[in-house]
Amino acid sequence: MTTPTRNRLAITLTFCLILIAGLLSRPEPSSPAPAAPADRLQINAAGATFPYPIYSKWFDEYHKLHPDLEINYQDIGSGGGIRQLQSGTVDFGASDMPLTDQLLGQFKDKPLHFPTVMGAVVPTYNIPGVSAELKFTQKALAQIFMGKITKWNDPQITGPNPGVKLPGDDIVVVHRSDGSGTTFIWTDFLSKADPDWKAKVGSNTSVNWPVGLGGKSNEGVSGLVQQTPDSIGYVELIYALQNHLGFGLVQNKAGAFLKASLAGVTAAAAAITMPADFRVSITDAPGKNAYPISSFTYLLIPSTISDGAKRTAITGFLHWMLTDGQKYTEALSYAPLPKEVVAKEMKQIPDIK
Amino acid sequence: MARLRAGDEIAHVITWAFAASVFVITCLLLYELWSACALPRHKFGLAFLVTSTWDPVFEHFGALPFIYGTLVTSALALLIAVPLGVGAAIFLAELAPPRIADALSFVIELLAAVPSVIYGLIGVFVLVPILRKYVEPALKGVFGYLPLFKGPAVGVGFLAAGVVLAVMIVPFILSISREVLLSVPVDQREAALALGATKWEATWKVVVPYARTGIMGSIFLALARALGETMAVTMVIGNDPKISASLFAPGYSIAAVIANEFTEATSDLYVQSLIELGLVLFLVTIVINALARILILTTAGRGTAH
Repeated sequence: MTTPTRNRLAITLTFCLILIAGLLSRPEPSSPAPAAPADRLQINAAGATFPYPIYSKWFDEYHKLHPDLEINYQDIGSGGGIRQLQSGTVDFGASDMPLTDQLLGQFKDKPLHFPTVMGAVVPTYNIPGVSAELKFTQKALAQIFMGKITKWNDPQITGPNPGVKLPGDDIVVVHRSDGSGTTFIWTDFLSKADPDWKAKVGSNTSVNWPVGLGGKSNEGVSGLVQQTPDSIGYVELIYALQNHLGFGLVQNKAGAFLKASLAGVTAAAAAITMPADFRVSITDAPGKNAYPISSFTYLLIPSTISDGAKRTAITGFLHWMLTDGQKYTEALSYAPLPKEVVAKEMKQIPDIK
Repeated sequence: MARLRAGDEIAHVITWAFAASVFVITCLLLYELWSACALPRHKFGLAFLVTSTWDPVFEHFGALPFIYGTLVTSALALLIAVPLGVGAAIFLAELAPPRIADALSFVIELLAAVPSVIYGLIGVFVLVPILRKYVEPALKGVFGYLPLFKGPAVGVGFLAAGVVLAVMIVPFILSISREVLLSVPVDQREAALALGATKWEATWKVVVPYARTGIMGSIFLALARALGETMAVTMVIGNDPKISASLFAPGYSIAAVIANEFTEATSDLYVQSLIELGLVLFLVTIVINALARILILTTAGRGTAH
């Protein structure tokens, strides 16, 4: 081997070592947001996608009132919001489902739950020749999604729907394929409707579906339902309302068949006994007017915020969101919080230290 | 002289380092994926690869239906796209008038630039209804006795995903194969024709074998794209982690489940299982590529000009 070759090898190896060292050394965690002007306070938040339209409206309106404060919200999904809050990369998070005890146990500083608005989920279906709004008992919905009821003319479906001629065709079940708060609400409801569902499938943002096709997002599910004869799926109430989709009535705890509406969702939230930490499921709520497939969506606020300016800003925003902010909800088809819940949340704001 | 030699040295070192960095990045990727899925690796071990339950509620995770779906849809796509792409490339390179060939290749290269979500939308709104109403009942009528074509025809499923993927990868096979065929030296053709071969014999027995390595390369590039395609697949595959022999049945692919479930996954085991799926996809791609290389190496030389 001649000297130039050996030199070249040495140079190359050194170069590679530097490269590897550079790639391996982890950068120090830095603030993800670009530096704000000194007189402007920036707060970063991330989480659920379902309430994103109302949150961006709120943060925008609040910014108009307080030009020196800017809240950036990234709708990366509840799971991502919880993870980022845990690692401290955001100032607060947002989730469509309350944190489980197990998840809460992983936090050094337990976040507080602040319900913001409510959502609901509705069954949507496509049966050729049937234009009537079908009534579903809770048990029937669970059995359909379990794959136990396989024909549209099953007595459990025809029972509450006298006068509607249902075909003897196979039911095609459609569910969400992406992890979603909508799936959580739906499966939480099915778990209460049928103990068998609770034992075998359970509730989460994604579950091990016994039967059915998966569609991505509300659009995917409603697209599949509209295209596939004899299918049934579930979508968010807001999505169904904004796109003028037909949907079925669901029996509530009091026995009444109810078509989902914003008032029915608020009634469900008002009917439930609210625990001190707001972690509550409002599916299958009591009361004649309560729609049974409803849920809160939450902001997750750290219980200790060491930065005084940020603490003042966040508590100020919460106060505004629970009072003036609520008037923006119905224009965007979200059900507003009942008065009792607002009053209770107001009492939780001073707990942020 | 000395100045020139120094320039050579620098160029050599820099390009060598760039080449090495590709290798380093691959290793780092593997290392990061491996270290980020410690929980499921210890909990499930190799059973992860052969279990077919995917249950986020009770936290049992197995990758088999996703591996199956990825392989089946990609194989189906190749089965459709290879004859189509290579055949069209031969026509455009050898037989078509140059002006038409140039215009057509431009259109085909445009196809490669269409975002995958557009293919997904066309799949959902055009392809799936056609499959459900016409193609699947027809296949069932003729080949219904085969397990491949049994079960209800719902449109979405392995077949829909395979067809959409095929449309997406045809441009890759076609445009690369055409370039390779065009680069075959003219004297190869002339020699064959001079020996009394017909035009088709010269194309099929001389030009195509000469270009075979390049054509194979285009197919593997297309395969790599099919294996990793996410958006278009998830829109038409039905997203149901089940293993079924029927092409009409819904399935799931590795890339699709990661994209669908990662954002809302909360528990550590769940998130890390999704990362392990990423590792599995990485390994599947490497294994398939390695097999392909071996295939080329063992068959190269037979009947080719190399």
